[in-house]
Formats: sequence, structure tokens, C-alpha cells
Amino acid sequence: MTTMTIAKAITAGLRRVLEQNPKSLLIGEDIGKLGGVYRVTEGLQAGFGEDRVVDSPLAESGIIGTSIGLALRGYTPIAEIQFDGFVFPAFNQITTQLAKMRSRSEGRFGAPVVIRIPYGGGIGSIEHHSESPEALFAHTAGLRIMVPSNAHDAYWMIQEAAASQDPVIFFEPKRRYWLKGEVDTENPAPPAAAAQVVRPGRDATIVTYGPLVPVALAAAEAAQEDGRSVEVVDLRSVSPIDFDTVVESVEKTGRLVVTHEAPTFGGIGGEIAARVSERAFLSMEAPAIRVGGFHMPYPVSKVEDQYLPDIDKLLDALDRSFAY
Amino acid sequence: MTSTRQDSAAPDSAAPQGALFPNADAPGPANRDAANPDTADGEMVQLLDQDGALRADPDFSGYISDVDAQMLRGFYRDMALTRRFDQEATALQRQGQLALWVPLRGQEAAQIGSGRATRSHDYIFPTYREHGVALTRDVDFPQMLRIFRGISNGGWDPRENNFHMYTMVLAAQVPHATGYAMGIQRDQAGWDRARLEREGTAVVAYFGDGASSEGDVHESMVFASSYKSPVVFFCQNNQWAISVPTRVQSRIPLAERARGYGFPGIRVDGNDVLAVLAVTRWALERARRGEGPVLIEAFTYRMSAHTTADDPTKYRLSAEEESWAPKDPLVRLEKHLRSAGHADDAFFEQVARAGDQMAARVREEALAFPDPTLEDSFNNVYAEAHPLIAEELRWHKEYEAGFAQSPAEAGQEGAR
Repeated sequence: MTTMTIAKAITAGLRRVLEQNPKSLLIGEDIGKLGGVYRVTEGLQAGFGEDRVVDSPLAESGIIGTSIGLALRGYTPIAEIQFDGFVFPAFNQITTQLAKMRSRSEGRFGAPVVIRIPYGGGIGSIEHHSESPEALFAHTAGLRIMVPSNAHDAYWMIQEAAASQDPVIFFEPKRRYWLKGEVDTENPAPPAAAAQVVRPGRDATIVTYGPLVPVALAAAEAAQEDGRSVEVVDLRSVSPIDFDTVVESVEKTGRLVVTHEAPTFGGIGGEIAARVSERAFLSMEAPAIRVGGFHMPYPVSKVEDQYLPDIDKLLDALDRSFAY
Repeated sequence: MTSTRQDSAAPDSAAPQGALFPNADAPGPANRDAANPDTADGEMVQLLDQDGALRADPDFSGYISDVDAQMLRGFYRDMALTRRFDQEATALQRQGQLALWVPLRGQEAAQIGSGRATRSHDYIFPTYREHGVALTRDVDFPQMLRIFRGISNGGWDPRENNFHMYTMVLAAQVPHATGYAMGIQRDQAGWDRARLEREGTAVVAYFGDGASSEGDVHESMVFASSYKSPVVFFCQNNQWAISVPTRVQSRIPLAERARGYGFPGIRVDGNDVLAVLAVTRWALERARRGEGPVLIEAFTYRMSAHTTADDPTKYRLSAEEESWAPKDPLVRLEKHLRSAGHADDAFFEQVARAGDQMAARVREEALAFPDPTLEDSFNNVYAEAHPLIAEELRWHKEYEAGFAQSPAEAGQEGAR
């Protein structure tokens, strides 16, 4: 067991990938000497050289497009997009090429590229640095989307992503980069596609992932003071989604709150609410309640606290659920 | 010819000296418009003129010194078979057997010349019009029609011939080519020059004058130049991006753009199979040696429509089409073969017969392709197990099974 921040757990995971898979390489803007703007790749170029930790030109479509080519040649590229809002120049490469390579080749081969994206808000930053675009990618078949919420998962899931034969978008909850946790480097975390009940409860279920897992846990703790036993499910993967674990939880508790930073409309929460209503309707004591961002571009940082789901919003959602 | 080559990436290059940059002396604020992207004005490598006469070029003739009569006849045969395939596929589309076809008539020399310059281990990233290049890579013509018959989005196995699948999003394959070349560099790390020349692999990225405007071409050239990757950017300037002429894509000859990236660009007569062969060989050898990318602009003409859904009478004059007819790459090579005594009527008749036989086989096999199943589509989304795919496939099969006749129903129908 070692205590690490999420950022350093990813660094350690990447280091292990580079050590174990000679065909793996990192590519992105400022990831070499600088170690990335969040220092997630710090020290890796010094250890593995410029051909394996590649400072790229400032061109996101080029980063993903060349990563696809490297994958076609048998390499395992792990690309970094510097910020969530900068992934869109590469959106075409990701959705029309990366996601479809296996379909297009009739299953003969794919392009197993990992795309790391620091994502989410709450860091007081400027435009394009606080977004949560995961639903845009979850809607695209052919991609896997992982979102770790703690250091242990971060360490193991980045390795799982690099080992996957499918392309993976790895959303890193940037405001939790410095969140410390125990990492067991001997015993792997469960596969990303398996959601985890991170706090058991009897009366309601909060489903979330990434940066809001600590918020959901805090809300559950606060609800406990009101005598409500709240279960928290960390999805860990938003494509695919482990609906079995979610449904099992709601069948037990009868109440569902889903929360993410991304806008509520058209988001992951709506998909979960719909699936749960299809599979667990008769177990539900109340409609599923979604707590997410508003239907607006991510707001300026002075008001982002009012935009982001927080403990109070989750407690309010629980109140509304229990009011039924 | 004086050297105007500006190759900062490889100043000690052993590449031939020559006018590798068309109009390289012209640009400058005062006379920037002097270079005309619409015409073949200025330097353009040509080894076989419109009348079929060989023209010596101090830089490039040496690259075809091995080309003998048999090879020339082979090039003609390649181009004729490609044109016959194109004709047959067009007919199949007109008969409702293909959803769409993308004709290449007029671009045979650009494709056969460049394709025949590659080695079998080189890897090709085509657009969706490189049927002639496909022939040089021994891709089976009927297989190519699977894309246009709605059976497959890939058509063939690229790993068999190192000829990638067609890409329909313009220019999206160009960064793939560059990344593939970056992989090759890593595979060949530490090889000496002799081994690179002997065994080195290079990549060819095809795109057109229209796609040259796409950001992916720009980004690819930046990456390839920065890393000196072994990729040849082969731009077929066929003058038209559907209905929009090349001058809307570029105010200077496309080949000149290479200078801005720091590698050589060269314009070649795209209807001259020998010039294209020579220039592409030069570019590939250079790339293999580790001297970085080259942009080749093959100046040619799309004699047919953009696709079978297109109508060129809406946007170009027949006089323009007629002006290109004498430059037809097949006519030109036929003139040369006949005047040089390399081929006679019997040869051309034999090629025509072989074309008809090929076309008949293409038609027969294309019409006999079994239909795919939606189940195949489910199975090809992910490599690894995926619960949503499994769930939806299960639902789909149960739903479809609901329409199946029970044995009793089938029996009753038979009795009627």
C-alpha cells in the first residue's frame, strides 16, 4: 500500500505501462520536459526518451490522427489532450475514425488508442478548461470511456485502458488530481466496466462518477444525520455502463439520484434514469432525479459554484425523492 | 534547369538537383499572382509528352532507366484494366447494382505510376478513388465493390496488400499515414543507410486538390516535417473538388505549399505514367533513407464525374473537357508504344479482351456477394466483450425470431 494523489497514481500507472509494453508511447502537448500542464507525465520522458514520451506539435486532430496511424502500425499510443475543451479539434478523428476502425475493418483490427483528458470544473479557470464532454463520446459506439474517482482506480484503470484492444477515452477528474488515497500496487482494482458500491445504504441510491464521487459520499454522510441511509455507486465507466449494479442497488433502495457535472439534458444521467425505469420500475418509490449542469456553456468561474452539483443540491434531490 | 530546391531538413540530401519547386523564383509580394494553380504553367516534370515522345529530364530520367518495353506494356495494361474496371463499376451503378461509384477516368497514370513505384512492404493510405493504385497492390477488384454495394464499409483486408481501406471523410487518413510512418521510424531505429535503402518502409498518403484544404492535411505535414517521417504526400490535382475548381482551394500551385512546411514539393504531369513513376520513386527513396516527407502534386484531370451522383455539365464547359482529351494518359502511352515499336494491334486487342474478361468476372462476383447480417455489425463494434452490445444483440435476435414462421405455418403455406 502506498499513499498517492490521483495525478501521481496515473503517473505510476503510465510508468508501469511504458515498462511492460515496449510498443507503448505517450504523445501530447507539453508532456515531455514539462511533464504536462498537470505534471501527470512528469519524469517519464527522462526515463523513457523522446521517442516514447513525445512532445507533439500543437494540433489535437494531428495528435489523435497520428495516434491512430501508430496503432495501425502495432503501437499502443496514449495521447494526452491538454484540457477537456480542446478535444474538439480532434472530434472528427475520434468519432469518424478511431471509433469506427474496427467496424470498418469488419472486425479484423481496430485502433487501440488511449486518450487521456483532464476534465471537469471547480478549478476557477477560464473558458474551455472546465468542461465535461463525456456524453458526446458515450453516444459514439466503438469507444470505451473510463472515469476514475480515486488513486487506486486511477493507477489500475490507466493500465487497463492501455491493455484494451478497444479505444479508450480516459477522463481524469482534474480537480481531484491532488486527492490522496491508498494504492495497492499488488492487487488490481476490478475492471472499469464494473461499477462499485462505494458506500452501502438502504434508503436511496446516488449514482455518479469521477469528480463528484467525494461529493456524493459527503452528501450520504450528511443524510445519515437525518436518518437516511444512502448508497453511493461509482460507475467508473460511462461506456459501457454497469446497469446491473445500478439496478440492483435501486431495487434495494427504491430511490435514485444521478449526478454529474455535465449538463443534465442529453447526459449520462438521463440514460441511467431511463434504463432503471425500464428494469426496476416496480421497485421505485419515486422518479429518478438528475442533478447536473444547466443547459448553458460552462459558466464563468465566479459563478461556477452555483452551476456545479454540490452536497446541498444532492441533499435537496434526496428530499424531493423522499417527498414522494 | 537551376536548382531551386529548398530542403532545409536534409541539406546534404542525395536527391537529384532540379526545379523541384514549380515557380519557385516567382513568389514574392510583387508577383505572387504569377503562379497559376489552374494551368500547367511553370515547371512540371514530364518524361513522355502528349505525342508519346520521350523527353529527357536531367533529374528524373535516371529513375526510369530500368523501364523496358515489357514494363511499358505492363503499365499500359494496368491503366487499361483500371479504366475497364471503372467502366464496369459505373455500369453496375447505372443498373442499380451499386449505391454509388467514384470514377477515376483520366487519373490512371497518376495512380499506376505512383502505385508501381511502391514496394510491397510500403503501406498505402488511399482516399476513395484509388482503384488504380489498388490494382498495383493486387487488391481484388470485385472485393472493392463491397463498399459500394452496401455490404462492407472496408471492402478488403488491408493487411494482405498493405493497401488501407478507403476513407470517406476527406483527408482523415492523412494523419493516419503520418502516424503509421512515425511507427515505422521507431521500428527502424538504428538502421544504417544501406539497410534503410534496402529494406526500409515508406508510406504514401493519397488525397486530392479539394482535401488539400482540410486541416488534417496541414497538421499531417507539420507532424511529418517535424519528425522527418517517411511519408510521401501524393496529391492528385484533378482540377475539380466536385464542382469547385482548384483555384478556390489554392492561389498557388499546391506543390509550392510544401516549402512552408520545410520539405520538397514537386509538380509532375499526372497524365504521364513515366514521370509519375520517376518522381514517386525519388520521393520514396528519399523517405526510406530517412530524409523526410515530400509532397507530390500530380497535375491531372478528372475526365468523368465526381461520383455517379454528380453532373459536371452544371459547372464546367465541354470545351474544357475536350481540351484535356488529347492528354489522355492511355492515348499518350499507346502512341509511344506504337511509335517505338513496342506494341502492335494484337497487343491492344489482347489487353481489351483481358479487360472484358476481368469486367465479366467483376460483375459476376459482385452480384454473387452474400448479404451481410446485422449481427455482423454488432460483432464488429468492439474487440472485447461489451454488455450493451450483448444486450442489444440478444434483443435483436429475439425480435427477429418473432417473425420466423413456425413449422406449422410453413406447412400450411406450402399446402396452399
